[in-house]
Amino acid sequence: MALRAQFENSNEVGCFARLTNAYCLVAVGGSEAFYSLFEAELADHIPVIHASIAGCRIVGRLCVGNKNGLLVPNTTTDQELQHIRNSLPDAVAVQRLEERLSALGNCVACNDYAALVHPDLDRETEEIVADVLQVETFRQTLAGEALVGSYCYFTNQGGLIHPMSRIEDLDELSGLLQVPLVAGTVNRGSEVIGAGVVANDWIGYCGFNTTSTELSVMESIFKLRSWDGAQRDGDQDDLRTSLIDTLA
Amino acid sequence: MTLDPTNGGAMSTAMETVDPKSYATILCCLCGTPISPNPSNTCVNCIRSQVDLSEGIPKQCSLLYCRFCGRYLSPPKTWVAAELESKELMALCLRRIKRLSKLKLVDAAFVWTEPHSRRIRVKLTVQGEVLHNTILQQSFVVEFLVELQQCVDCQREAAKMDAWQAVVQVRQKVEHKRTFYYLEQLILKHNAHEDALGIRQQTDGIDLYFLQRSHALSFLAFLNATVCVRQKHSDHLVSHDPNNNTYRYKYTFSAEIAPLCKDDLLCLPRKVAAQLGGIGPLVLVHRVSNWIGLVDPFTTRWQSVDAAFYWRHQLRPLLSSRRLVEYVVLDIEPLRPEMVLGAAVDGRGESKFWMAEAVLARSSDLGANDQQFTVRTHLGKWLKPGDLALGYDLATANVNDVGVAEMLGAVGGEDAAHLLPDVVLVRKTYPRKNRARRRKWVLRELPMERQEGPTGRGGQRERQAALARETEEREAFMQELEQDPEMRATIRLYRDPSVNVEEELEALKIRYAGDRKWTAAERAAGQVRRNAASVHVETTARENNNVFDALPEDREEEREATGAPDENASAACGDDDDDDDDDDAGYPEVPLDELLDGLELDTASAAAGRAAASPSRERDK
Repeated sequence: MALRAQFENSNEVGCFARLTNAYCLVAVGGSEAFYSLFEAELADHIPVIHASIAGCRIVGRLCVGNKNGLLVPNTTTDQELQHIRNSLPDAVAVQRLEERLSALGNCVACNDYAALVHPDLDRETEEIVADVLQVETFRQTLAGEALVGSYCYFTNQGGLIHPMSRIEDLDELSGLLQVPLVAGTVNRGSEVIGAGVVANDWIGYCGFNTTSTELSVMESIFKLRSWDGAQRDGDQDDLRTSLIDTLA
Repeated sequence: MTLDPTNGGAMSTAMETVDPKSYATILCCLCGTPISPNPSNTCVNCIRSQVDLSEGIPKQCSLLYCRFCGRYLSPPKTWVAAELESKELMALCLRRIKRLSKLKLVDAAFVWTEPHSRRIRVKLTVQGEVLHNTILQQSFVVEFLVELQQCVDCQREAAKMDAWQAVVQVRQKVEHKRTFYYLEQLILKHNAHEDALGIRQQTDGIDLYFLQRSHALSFLAFLNATVCVRQKHSDHLVSHDPNNNTYRYKYTFSAEIAPLCKDDLLCLPRKVAAQLGGIGPLVLVHRVSNWIGLVDPFTTRWQSVDAAFYWRHQLRPLLSSRRLVEYVVLDIEPLRPEMVLGAAVDGRGESKFWMAEAVLARSSDLGANDQQFTVRTHLGKWLKPGDLALGYDLATANVNDVGVAEMLGAVGGEDAAHLLPDVVLVRKTYPRKNRARRRKWVLRELPMERQEGPTGRGGQRERQAALARETEEREAFMQELEQDPEMRATIRLYRDPSVNVEEELEALKIRYAGDRKWTAAERAAGQVRRNAASVHVETTARENNNVFDALPEDREEEREATGAPDENASAACGDDDDDDDDDDAGYPEVPLDELLDGLELDTASAAAGRAAASPSRERDK
């Protein structure tokens, strides 16, 4: 299931939230609507945490993480770090990174097994990313853009990439990441995928401007369609019976 | 409508080398059609449905068209002649479309319409930036409605002269019309009559009728800059509406030109002479424009007098050019100005006038008696023994003038008569000839309504006499122009289209219309030559100090621009009738490179006047 969301009239939900399979960070907004949307769907399964990093609300752009860990920039205050540590499950390692490129969300894109990193990122940082998030890292650019975190988003199921990518690049990347990839857009033709969408293995959020075409591309590549999931889990009959119920 | 992603901004340069087919296919974010990516990631149809480049551009405009002269209005007030589907009309249409400058115009073409539909349709193709970095190209049609409106010129033509609201009455109370001939040429050159509804000849001058007061005022300003005038005005209330507080007047402006002409002899009153630095008291008028140049023929000192000064003292001529008598110069001896008491010594060493002492005899006296006069003259530069000169015969003149009375009264008695010289020489002259026959230039004429003369049998004789006198005066004016290059420089002379001058032009290396065999180098050489000629003309004009010579005008360019075919060149008359060519050697000719081309016979009513001036020419043909 993919939902449309808006943070204080902004469509860039990826800026204000960081969603993984183990936790969800949400920015503190003027109203609780954005938070409520996440809480309604996720609270039963994973912690949904109000957070800020270095006093900023753009938590999605400043930090990066997966189910194994969370990396925050060195501008994060001790208090914020403490709050995040307290709220996250114990299995999730939290690490503050001493890195010049402090908008980690723009520089790193990852799922639970692989990560694309900005080509200019420190060798040391890359190692820490690999260790803390327990992923394999690849230095890559997308369609000539170095900010891999901004221009793509991928989960363990699949990924959405900058629309101007070439077919051979797309093939190479999906070989590296071991997930299917597709070129696409969010927010009515915007190519800044990372800012427009957040998703994990069972739910996704995208900006309010996202068209139904974009939404369906997203749902199919991230495998968010509930009936797909039903098929995958083998309880095909339930779906069928329920469908027959409604039809009858 | 095409969409061009390679024009799309910063990242376009990197991508231009890549084959667009290698891009992954994406779905159009609106309709889901598979497309190759572009900066807006939207398919063309969706963009078209979303944005309209022609938004804000009016799809229907109007063009104002004058049916009488077939011209279109190019705002604010120019009227331009343009064919249907012509470049000029396209330019006009494009200028009328607002906000077109904000887009890039790629193509414009006319869509054919029936001429009588009064619609002009223009198909425009424009490019503009839409969404982010996407250049969109779009075509649309703008329709122009041709509305009818009479242009200013046609309006003026349609309005009768009776519709006038202001009239300028130009008058000069003298016996001849020389001033008006010159003024006519000045008006034509500066196009000062363009606002006039009509011009009517009156006894002592001309009336110019105008539709608006401001037009009359601007003509008066022109007069003030050209001649010494005194003006009065009076308003005649035609009607008034007390409810609306509106008044309609007819304005009459009376402009009186100072009755002093070139070559007039004045005797200055003592006071005036003193104010002018002790000049005179007998002085000649040697130049008239919006000031009057006076020269003392006995000392060559000269002074200029402006209009205000003139009208304060109201000088009247002692004798005017009708009283000139022809003399033969028997001998002439130049005088050094230092030797003459009170003579003007020019600082530059070169004076406008040269002092001389001349021995003269009346032309009419030759063979009759031996009377000789020895006089001092300012014409030393021009006169040689054997020349003819015009002068005033004071010995026989019966003068009645305040200035003379003062002058004589100051001395008193018997000696007084000797104070007046016998002769005052005015200018050089040439033997009487029919010069009109050999003239290669003409003047334009103002379209003037003639005044009706007396009717009846006696009236006819009077009319003929008046016509003959006018012809004579006109001829005298033209000869004066030929003899005075400074005066000539202030007006426009046209090449007579009925005279064949091609050979002479070729000899001068001047290009003329219809001539093809000149090379580029020769043409350039001709241009240089003509430029040099114009510089000469202009410098002489500057010295002349006429205000209108300061106006920017390029006679050369005009000459180039108005190069019209010379249809009548072949119809020119030959030189077979020149029986008196040889003894006319000293007469100054107007150089051909001073003449303007482009006067056609239809417009050259002057040519007709000229033909009348030389009836012998018709006979000779």
